Amino acid sequence: MTDATQHMPSASAPGKTFKSLTVQDERTKQRNAREARFRLYGIAAIGAGLVFLVILLSAILSNGLGAFQQTFVTISVPLDPAKLDKKGERNIEDIKKVSTFGYAPLIQNAMLAKVQELGLETPLVKGKDMKALLSASAPAQVRDYVIANPDKIGETVEFRLLTASRVDGYLKKRVTRESIERDKNIDAAHLDLVDALVPAGVIAKQFNMDFIFGADASESRAEQAGLGVSMLGSLFMMLVVLVLSLPIGVAASIYLEEFAPKNRWTDLIEVNISNLAAVPSIVFGILGLAVFIQFAHLPQSAPLVGGLVLTLMTLPTIIISTRASLKSVPHSIRDAALGIGASKMQSVFHHVLPLAMPGILTGTILGLAQALGETAPLLLIGMVGYIATNYPDGLASGFLDANSAMPAQIYEWAKRADPAYYERAWGGIIILLVFLLTMNIIAIILRRRFERRW
Amino acid sequence: MPVLWLFLIVLGLALLGYVAGRARALASAGGDRRRLHSLPNYYGTNVAMFVIVPAFAVLVVWLLVQPLIVDARIAALLPDTAVSDTSTVGLVMSDVRRVAEGLDLAVSTGAMSEAQTGALQPDDARAKLADLGVALGSDVTGDILAAAQSYRGQSATGNLLMTIAVLVMAGLGLFVAFRRSDKDYRARNTVESGMLAILIFAASVAVLTTIGIVFSLIFNTIEFFKLYPASEFFFALEWSPSFSGRGGGSTLGVLPLLWGTLYISLIALLVSVPIGLFAAVYLSEYASHKVRSFAKPLLEVLAGIPTIVYGLFALLTVGPLLVEVFGANTVGWMSGGTAVMTAGLVMGVMLIPFVSSLSDDIINAVPQSMRDGSYGLGATQSETIKQVVLPAALPGIVGAILLAASRAIGETMIVVLGAGAAASLSLNPFDAMTTVTAKIVSQLTGDADFASPEALVAFALGMTLFVITLGLNIFALYIVRKYREQYE
Repeated sequence: MTDATQHMPSASAPGKTFKSLTVQDERTKQRNAREARFRLYGIAAIGAGLVFLVILLSAILSNGLGAFQQTFVTISVPLDPAKLDKKGERNIEDIKKVSTFGYAPLIQNAMLAKVQELGLETPLVKGKDMKALLSASAPAQVRDYVIANPDKIGETVEFRLLTASRVDGYLKKRVTRESIERDKNIDAAHLDLVDALVPAGVIAKQFNMDFIFGADASESRAEQAGLGVSMLGSLFMMLVVLVLSLPIGVAASIYLEEFAPKNRWTDLIEVNISNLAAVPSIVFGILGLAVFIQFAHLPQSAPLVGGLVLTLMTLPTIIISTRASLKSVPHSIRDAALGIGASKMQSVFHHVLPLAMPGILTGTILGLAQALGETAPLLLIGMVGYIATNYPDGLASGFLDANSAMPAQIYEWAKRADPAYYERAWGGIIILLVFLLTMNIIAIILRRRFERRW
Repeated sequence: MPVLWLFLIVLGLALLGYVAGRARALASAGGDRRRLHSLPNYYGTNVAMFVIVPAFAVLVVWLLVQPLIVDARIAALLPDTAVSDTSTVGLVMSDVRRVAEGLDLAVSTGAMSEAQTGALQPDDARAKLADLGVALGSDVTGDILAAAQSYRGQSATGNLLMTIAVLVMAGLGLFVAFRRSDKDYRARNTVESGMLAILIFAASVAVLTTIGIVFSLIFNTIEFFKLYPASEFFFALEWSPSFSGRGGGSTLGVLPLLWGTLYISLIALLVSVPIGLFAAVYLSEYASHKVRSFAKPLLEVLAGIPTIVYGLFALLTVGPLLVEVFGANTVGWMSGGTAVMTAGLVMGVMLIPFVSSLSDDIINAVPQSMRDGSYGLGATQSETIKQVVLPAALPGIVGAILLAASRAIGETMIVVLGAGAAASLSLNPFDAMTTVTAKIVSQLTGDADFASPEALVAFALGMTLFVITLGLNIFALYIVRKYREQYE
């Protein structure tokens, strides 16, 4: 304000007393308070967003890290020849005839022997009572070992066996004494025994490699379930997506950016791409079900079909980012190429495309990351409800045989009734996020390292 | 395998053509590449292209059309008695295909000779095939076995013809292009127009996808409306599919599902729009460069997290937490963890970065001169934002909110895991409700027969969803674009 305005009596407010400019009047105070409040809302909004992020990540970590640890019991099992190889000829066919039911009593008795050897007081005095402590997969593990090493029959071998998921849950505080009151699988006496066995070092939590690389297990054996097979399923799907969507996406972008004349057809394609990018992913699942499975009779639950559906879904993303990086290559490059006699096609493929490549790869990796986490379309083409227990044998089987995928497997675990599977689902999410994080970091590094600013 | 072999043979011929064509062109110029019209490699590529493109076109078309023709011919051969009242021609045909595949498997693994399959009796066919791991749903009748045999015969003839046709096309292409390879032949122009055709085809994939979506939705929706009255689908106030899987007794009204969808989306928007918008305003108007480069990527991490993670978060963390606060122990509004509120809150969190980054772009597009004008008149920063920037950006922000709404309506995993399974027309946000997307999943992943209205309704729901989201998207993009043009 100038001096003139200061000394001029205000016509609109006669009789109003004038104060010094350095003293804030009521209205200015209000306005400044409003300003401060508004600013605070903004900070609060960002804070809220960041708090949500922290809550989400800490929920994932606190619930999921447990899945990487599993409770094992270490016991020496005498491989009794009278039970495992009655004829005594060490004939592999005869040994294979003994089913897991034949192995279960051996392991249970070995467990009981261990308990008695330690002199622990317990009302559980029969071998069968130990069944509740051990995983249902333990006999199969011992049987596999015996079939692989038939010469060990008759010796006493130390095994590291999975405990039952209730025992694992007890050590991880998921199962409590109150929660097992109506549980038929385990009772308080077992938990007392577990409490005694832990200090003895017989039962211990250890890093669980099988969760990362193992196969899924049936509903009743949460302790055995792993993500390995569905990880392979995801890998094969991503291969399909990469092989199809990169060339098609790049070709489409080159056409639209470099060659397309401005006409109705081009407009139609452009509108189509921007709309496809916003179509709900479940609709792509319906498309996959109707076209690839109903019409083309491709096998259900196959990674190939999943890959095709995800390709269609990621194409718009890849096209949009590829076009942006083609657009950022300056025109002088094209003009120079044309000027020394290159054809239009040569200028694009020999000069523009290589310069745009880092941007294209970044966009493709981000597109793949999006496809990797996508679940909804996979549900419709049958990738849930399928228990992925077998590794694919060979490349063709990897693409064509029924499999699951990481997010579908997580969903499957979240749907199961046993709360032990929830921990697996959170753990699966940690692995999935590690993959996504890695892909994003690679994309960022590519961008930092190779992208040119013109 | 034969198709794979055929594929490899054609590729081999193409490679051969490449080398031969290149050599012939060079020879015609007497080894002096300056006298060629195009670079030598173009001559090779030209020949390879003439080998591959027609041969593969024939291969693809043949692979698509042959099953249709064979199916139609076999279905015509089937006597009326082969199709009983409880089944359809489609079901019988799938049995026929299954038997034929089983016999093929038997021959290829050596379990049966070709003569043995001919002499196979209907009575023991099922047991024989079961030995090979081919499970059949029902007993094999004589009609089906005979049809399967002629199916195999026709398929084999078709495959033979296909092999011949493909190889002839490849050979013809090789011959013609090789003859043409001459120093004056404009090989580069041919190759480049071929490449342009490939580029155009790739660009059309997007259009083909849309056409595929529309057709797969429309055909199955029409099929559904033949079995179930459209008026009831659109206006019935109840959703209660029967679980018998055989149809009958279901009420499939879309309204309760739409209500659930909109209710959840509304809550999601109530969470995400204020937070997202204020965050965008702060980041673009107030935040220092340092804060911005730190907070913006962190917020966008929320957008990069897969929806299955949010779904699990809703089911296992937010749901139980809400029950603790609003459940039977306190006010008793909420009976179970899955509820509109659970899904809505989590979806709101997911949409925050979506709203904030779109609004951020739009606010940044408002010209600085408008702000400066406002400051010049003595307005504070918040007054400028409220009275100048936001009104100017309003159309764009509305567009962003509409896009977020379309996201929320189409979101699947969060509602499948967090919203519940019972359709209801309740007003209580703590009730379990279900949505269009959740029902698409449950109707198509259940055991229902694929031709029953209970399964087909999913396509009608998908159509509804597609139309709503497409409408919202087009409208939002229109608004955003129109607004952008104003200031550019």
